[in-house]
Amino acid sequence: MTSVIDIILAVLTTLAALWAVMKGTLLRAAIALAATSVMVTIILFRLNAPLAAVFELSVCAGLITVIFMSTLSLTKPRTYEENMQHTKKRFSRYWLLPPIVGIAAIALAIFIKPFSLYFPFATSGTDVRSTLWNLRQADIIGQILILLVGVFGIIVLFKDKKKSGKEI
Amino acid sequence: MIDNLSMLLKVYLTAIPLIVLIGVYCIVVTHNLIRVLIGVEILTKAVTLLLIIAGYVTNNTAFAQSLIITLIVVEAVVVATAAGVILNVFKNNNSLHVRNIKHLRG
Repeated sequence: MTSVIDIILAVLTTLAALWAVMKGTLLRAAIALAATSVMVTIILFRLNAPLAAVFELSVCAGLITVIFMSTLSLTKPRTYEENMQHTKKRFSRYWLLPPIVGIAAIALAIFIKPFSLYFPFATSGTDVRSTLWNLRQADIIGQILILLVGVFGIIVLFKDKKKSGKEI
Repeated sequence: MIDNLSMLLKVYLTAIPLIVLIGVYCIVVTHNLIRVLIGVEILTKAVTLLLIIAGYVTNNTAFAQSLIITLIVVEAVVVATAAGVILNVFKNNNSLHVRNIKHLRG
């Protein structure tokens, strides 16, 4: 029963990712990407990772989808004629993907045999908070630095050209 | 227990390369900058799954979760900054085609 649920989840995640790539309109692709994030969230919950699952759901399925929607709303949408022409071009580029994924899925399912890991592993404790704050302090500093870099990067990107004095 | 674990490994080690394949195909084939970003996002989903599977089978989910949280923070910053770059490219060229990136100066 457990493996059946895992198979269903893995297949749905792969299909959601395929849907995100194959969809013609970018809005639907962004929604499909959010669906992929939701599937990953369910898998994380199943594999005893609730904190990572909550992060994945709130940031990846929520915030990043909102960023995609905002970006799409600030760019020019295609007209109906442009969309029809584009769909034909897209089909010529993307028709190979589903067969490739299908063949790769069959090949991987045949060649990857069920295997077990018998040798012991060193564990770092069960509490994610103590692991993050005690063992991975450099990661916290890195996260803060990356967030600062992102904020300053966006400020520079959207800086008013008149105030900067010269054209970039 | 071991049977369940080995089956779990087989299932997800089959799915993860497929998701990587989909993401890489999307990045290679597309001409749209937003779709390139969607491809990158799909690749990070595959990495997230790989990290948690590795953590689960080695009984190290706490460590895997801390790495996933770091990955998600990096992912959000990358997407926000890339969206800003894409909007500036669109503002300057009125198009989202990847060839517009070649016209950047500096």
